[in-house]
Amino acid sequence: MTEPLTRRDLLRMGIVAGAGALVTGCGWDGGPLLKPGLTAMARLNDRVGEALVSPHRLAREYPVSERSGSAFPMYYVSDELPVLADPAGWRLTVGGLVANPLTLTLAQLQALPRVTYTVKHHCVEGWTAIATWTGVPLTTITTMAAPTQAARYVRFDSFDSGYYNGWDLQTAMHPQTILAYAYNDQPLRPDHGAPLRLYSPLKLGYKLTKFLTTITFTADRPGGYWEDQGYPWLGGL
Amino acid sequence: MTAVPAPGAAADAPVPPMPSTGVRRHHWLVRLTHWLNAIVLTGLIASGLQIYGAFSRFGLKGGMRIGPNPFEGHGFPRWARLGGWLAGGLNWHFALGWFFICSGLAYVLYLTISGEWRSLLFRPRDIRPAIQMQLYYLGIRKAHPPQGKHNALQKGAYTFIVALGALSALTGVAIYKPVQLHWLTALFGGYEFARYWHFVAVWVFVAFTLAHITLVFLVDPASLRAMLTGWYRGRFPSHD
Repeated sequence: MTEPLTRRDLLRMGIVAGAGALVTGCGWDGGPLLKPGLTAMARLNDRVGEALVSPHRLAREYPVSERSGSAFPMYYVSDELPVLADPAGWRLTVGGLVANPLTLTLAQLQALPRVTYTVKHHCVEGWTAIATWTGVPLTTITTMAAPTQAARYVRFDSFDSGYYNGWDLQTAMHPQTILAYAYNDQPLRPDHGAPLRLYSPLKLGYKLTKFLTTITFTADRPGGYWEDQGYPWLGGL
Repeated sequence: MTAVPAPGAAADAPVPPMPSTGVRRHHWLVRLTHWLNAIVLTGLIASGLQIYGAFSRFGLKGGMRIGPNPFEGHGFPRWARLGGWLAGGLNWHFALGWFFICSGLAYVLYLTISGEWRSLLFRPRDIRPAIQMQLYYLGIRKAHPPQGKHNALQKGAYTFIVALGALSALTGVAIYKPVQLHWLTALFGGYEFARYWHFVAVWVFVAFTLAHITLVFLVDPASLRAMLTGWYRGRFPSHD
């Protein structure tokens, strides 16, 4: 014979249902009680992600025929597309915890050994697109600048309304991390971050600083434009 | 004259009523992981629907569209989402994912060590009893087939849902780290398909949960109390 539910059973069900209802139906960030926990979990996920990065594992390359072409989306955070008033005056500055601070023109960068690959781009939104990128491996620049032992992170700054990113040194030194000046065999267009952008198939799109101006090696972990607003810091794939 | 059973005639006596405490059915770890999962899965689905809204279709940009997807091109209502915006949804999702995986592993580990998997895992020998059980439910077979703690259809359901949980976790990890764990992503047909299967799993979970709750209340409401207290006092006590 079935026992009727007691008041206590109903109360217990209510607690469970209430907890479920609490977490849904709102833009709840966890409140003062759970928000620190969520932040701590996000850092744990960053550490697990960093541990997973292999310095030798390369992201898959695709045939040029699989490129997404004009379907490849683009974005910037400024109100209008950031374009240099004086393109010839643009310089890349490399500094921070380095033995040899550098100032490089686009022509100097283009004279260095280049890498070209056709890879898949993963956006944090969930879309993917394939394109060809050409540029200088960041390791080439790093070798020239010679970071000190204290350098553990890399900060990338842009002229897109203060957009910036902080990277772990390990992914920055990955062979597929490049400073790209060409997209699909053409000079990098302004909507893809001309004249120079950071590119890597190992990180989500929001980590790939466009409109690059400055590279800084640091001991402390730099934030980032979206990262400071709550997006995962590592953004590693 | 009132019939008084003579000493030694116990075999004819009616079966004594079940003790009011019932039968011990669910270990505390099973109850804990069950209800933890109910909360965590609700949060995972709600934050997942928040994330889905950022790109509400499947397939590479400029490539083949993956489907079918009745939800293509639009997000979900606010009451169904958790996190408020993409970053909030991601942080909830990646935090709750750990609880989902850990509670799933704890549950499977408990079943393995305790030996309880024997009454839950659907094996080839359960196929015939499952058919008999289905015939009984359809009214074709009159007598309730003999069963252990769970009938063969229940075993099928409880085995299926653990497999679905594993599939959800693995497709989730596959789209979380598609470069470092590229072999896992490739196993599900690549990033775009892994993301699709991850989404399909949500609706299978929702359908399973609705059927599960309906059956609990229609067929065996006492099993709800058993999942809360651990003691079962309903009409399907264990035959074990």
